Amino acid sequence: MRRRVLPGFPLSLGITLFYVTLIVALPIGALIFKAASLGPEDYWRIISSGRAVASYRITVLSALGATLANLIFGLALAWVLVRYDFPGKRLVDAIVDLPFALPTSVAGIALTAMFAQNSWLGSALANIGITVVYTPLGIMIAMFFTSLPFVVRTVQPVLEDLDPALEEAAQSLGGSDWSIFRRVILPLLTPALLAGLSLSFARSLGEFGAVIFIAGNRPNSTEITSLLAFIRLEEYNYQGAAAIASVMLFAAFVMLAVTNYLQARALRYTVRS
Amino acid sequence: MKIVLENVVKEFNTFRAVRGVSLEIGSGELVALLGPSGSGKTTILRMVAGLEFADQGAIYFGDEDATNIPVRERGVGFVFQHYALFPHMTVGENIAFGMKVSKKARSKQEITDRVNDLLRLVKLEGLNDRFPSQISGGQKQRVALARALAVDPKVLLLDEPFGALDANVRHDLRRWLREIHDELGITTLFVTHDQEEALDLADRVVILDQGAIVQEGTPEQVCREPNSAFVMKFLGDTNRIAATAVNGVVDLPGARLTAPGVVDGPVDILARPGDLSWSATGEGIPVSVIRVIDRPEGRRFLVRTENGETLELDVPVSTRAASGDRGFVQVLQGNAYPRS
Amino acid sequence: MMVHHSASTPPRVGDRPGIRRALIGFVLIFGTLLVLAPLLVIFSQAFSLGLGHFAETISHPDTRHAIYLTVATALLAVPINTAFGIAAAWAITKFDFWGKRFLLIVIEIPFSVSPIVAGVAYLFVYGLQGLFGPALQAADVKVLFALPGIVLASMFVTAPFVARELIPLMQAQGRELEEAATSLGASGWRTFLTVTLPNIRWALLYGVVLCNARVMGEFGAVSVVSGKIRGQTNTLPLHVELLYHDYNTVGAFAAASILTVLALFTIIAKVLLERQGAGRAGRPALAANKVGT
Repeated sequence: MRRRVLPGFPLSLGITLFYVTLIVALPIGALIFKAASLGPEDYWRIISSGRAVASYRITVLSALGATLANLIFGLALAWVLVRYDFPGKRLVDAIVDLPFALPTSVAGIALTAMFAQNSWLGSALANIGITVVYTPLGIMIAMFFTSLPFVVRTVQPVLEDLDPALEEAAQSLGGSDWSIFRRVILPLLTPALLAGLSLSFARSLGEFGAVIFIAGNRPNSTEITSLLAFIRLEEYNYQGAAAIASVMLFAAFVMLAVTNYLQARALRYTVRS
Repeated sequence: MKIVLENVVKEFNTFRAVRGVSLEIGSGELVALLGPSGSGKTTILRMVAGLEFADQGAIYFGDEDATNIPVRERGVGFVFQHYALFPHMTVGENIAFGMKVSKKARSKQEITDRVNDLLRLVKLEGLNDRFPSQISGGQKQRVALARALAVDPKVLLLDEPFGALDANVRHDLRRWLREIHDELGITTLFVTHDQEEALDLADRVVILDQGAIVQEGTPEQVCREPNSAFVMKFLGDTNRIAATAVNGVVDLPGARLTAPGVVDGPVDILARPGDLSWSATGEGIPVSVIRVIDRPEGRRFLVRTENGETLELDVPVSTRAASGDRGFVQVLQGNAYPRS
Repeated sequence: MMVHHSASTPPRVGDRPGIRRALIGFVLIFGTLLVLAPLLVIFSQAFSLGLGHFAETISHPDTRHAIYLTVATALLAVPINTAFGIAAAWAITKFDFWGKRFLLIVIEIPFSVSPIVAGVAYLFVYGLQGLFGPALQAADVKVLFALPGIVLASMFVTAPFVARELIPLMQAQGRELEEAATSLGASGWRTFLTVTLPNIRWALLYGVVLCNARVMGEFGAVSVVSGKIRGQTNTLPLHVELLYHDYNTVGAFAAASILTVLALFTIIAKVLLERQGAGRAGRPALAANKVGT
C-alpha cells in the first residue's frame, strides 16, 4: 500500500465507507434487490399499469411546468438581486431560501390554505375561472415552491462574477440592451441555468410532502408517483411499492447523471471566463 | 547534518517525476536545486522532507536511513512556497506552534523567550501579535522561516523561498538568508527556478531537467564549464551559431574555436552576449543591426546574420550604431555542442 | 456587485428605469405572493382562535411528544452526520485514492432520491419483508416504526449536507497547512483540532445548521419508516399532517408555526454564517465537480 504523508487516512476513509455503505448503499441495494426479485413480467405489469402511467404523466408534466416557471421567475429573481439595489433587497435574498428551510408538510398545508376556495386568493382566482387546489395546477405550484431556490442560487454567483468588460465591449460595438442580453449575457448564464433547472426538475419529480395536501390525490388525475408508491405500502402491497419506487430511483439516477454533467459543464464555463 | 540521496525514484501515476537521483549534501552546506518547472526539483525537496515517499532508492540523514521516517519525526524545517502560515494564529503563535506540539515539554516562559529570539533573528521584533493577513509578503516569508527554525531542525528545506516576492524584496531577503545560514550553520537545501537566485545564494548548485540531475557544482563550475547546451541555455542568455566541427576545431568567419572531444560534424556554437564583439568593418560574421537596446549596465545590439539568425551581443556604451547598419560579429569564446 | 447610479458609471444592460422597475415589481409581487404569503397564512391560522387555543394545542401531550421526538432525532442524527461529513471531507481532500470520484457521487445520491424512495428502501432493509427484518424481529430489536428507523431515514436524506459544505472549502485550502503542522511535529488530532478546524468552523456550522433544519423538517422518508403512530412515532412534521387530516386546522397550523419559527431561525443563522464566508465556496457546483481525481 502507498504510504500517506498526512495522518488519518484509514480512519477517515473507513468511517466514510462504513457510513456510505450502511446509510446510502445498503437501502438502495435492498430496494433494487426487491424490485429485481419480482420477475420481468410482474414488474412490467406493475410499472405499466394505467394508474402508474397516469401518475408518471402528471408528475413529469407538473415538474416540467414548475421548472419552466422557475426558469422565468428564478432568472428574474437572480437578475434583480445581483443587478439592482432596492429597499428590502437583503430580506428578499434571505427569504429565497425559505422553501428549503420550511418543512414540506408545513409548506403543503400553507399553500393549500392559501389557495383554498374559501380563501380570498382562492375565491379571487375562482372568479376568473382558475382552480388551484386539487388540480394539476396546485401540484405545479407546490413543486415550484419547493424547488424555487435552485435556479436562483446557481445563477446568482455566475451573474455576480460576470466580467463587466464583456458587456462594455458589447456596448462599445453598438449592441442594444436586449441584443447584449440575448447574445452575450444569456449564453454565459446558460450552463448555470441548465444546471439549476435540472436540479429543480429532479427535486420536483421526487417531491411528496408539499404536493399531497394540495393535489387532491385522485387516481389517474392528480395522483403523483411518490404518493402511489406510498399508497401501495399502506395497502401492504410491497411488490408494487418496490417496483414503483425503483422507477423513481431510476429517474433519480438519470437526473443525477444529467445534473452532474451539466454542472461540470457549467463549471468549466465559469472557470474559463 | 549530511544528507545523501541514493538513486531516488518517484512516480505520479505513470509519470516519472524523479528518475534516479543521487546527491550528497555536506553538513552545513547551502545547496540550490535549480531547474525549470516539471524538472522534479520540488518533488526531491518534498522527499527529503518526508512530505512524499520515494518509490525506490534511499535517503540518509547522517548515517541514519531516513527513507521511511515520517515527516513528523524527521526533524526538518520546511518553508513552503506560499508560506502556509496558519491564518488563524498570530505571528507569535505560528512560531510557537512547533514547540507547543513537541513531546519535549517547555515552559510558557521558555517558549515566549524563544519566539522573541527568533523574531529578533528574522528582524521582526514587535510583530508578535499580528496575524499573517496583516503583514507583507517578505515578512510572511521571514515568519515562515522563524517557524521552521523554532523546532531546531537538523536540516532546513525551502521551496521557492522568494518566488512570490517583488524583485527588490527578493534581493534583500537573499542576502539576509545567506547571513542567517552562515550564522546558524544549518544544512540547507532550497528549490528555485531562478538561476540568478541559485548562483547568488548557494555554495553548490544542482541543475535538474526532466527528473534527473544534469550538472552539479559550485556556481563557478556550472557557469564556466557548463556540460551541456541545456545548462548553458538555462543559466543565461545565449546565441546559437550553426557550424561544422573538423578534427576538434570549429572554423567561423574571423575566428577559430577549439572543440576538444566534439565528434566531427554539424555543431551548435553557444556563446554569451558578452562573448561576441562588434566591428563596423573587418573580419567576422556579416550582420545588420535590428535594434539597439540600452540598459543601465550597458548596451546590447540585436543583429541578424545573412542566413536569418538573430544574435544578441553586448558592446561598450561608446559603440554607436543605428538600425539597418551593417557590420561584423566576432566570436571571442563559445562552447560547441553536437547539433540536436 | 452593486450598481451605483452615479454620473461616473455608465448604465449597464438592463439599467433603464422602465425595465428596472418592471423586473423589481414582478419579482416582489410574485415573491410576496408565493413565499411571504404562506408565512402569513401559517401564523394567522395558528393564532386565529386566540393565544389560549394556540397554547392549548402546543401543550397537548401528542404535540409535546412530537416535539420531543423531533428534537431527539436531531440530537442523534446531526452529530453522527457531522462526524461522517468531517471524515469524508478529510479523506477526500487530504488524500488521493482510487474511486474518489465515484465516492463523491455516492455521497450526493440522497440529494437526488425522493424521500419516499428512501423510506421504501429502508423498509426493505429493516422491515419484516426486508433483508434484516426477520432477524431483527427474532432478536426483538425494533428499528422500523421506532426512533432508530426515524434516525436512520433522517441520516439518509441529510447524508451530503455537512460533507458538501466542507469538501469544496477544504479542497480550496489545500494540504499545505496540515503538511506544515505535521512537519513541525504535530499529531493528526492536534493538526485537525488546532489547524484544520479553526479554518473550516463556519462552513462546518453552516452545514450543521442546514442538516439540522432538514432532519427536523423531514416528512416523506420519515412518514414511511415511522408508521405514524399517534403520540409515539409521530415527529412534528408528521403531527402537522395528522392534525390537518383530523380537521383540526388551527392545531395543524399551531404545530406548523413551531417548525416555521425553526425555519426562520435557520435562515437567520444562514445569513449570519454567509457573512463569515461560509456557504459560498460550494456554489454553484456540487462538490463532485470541484475535486479532481
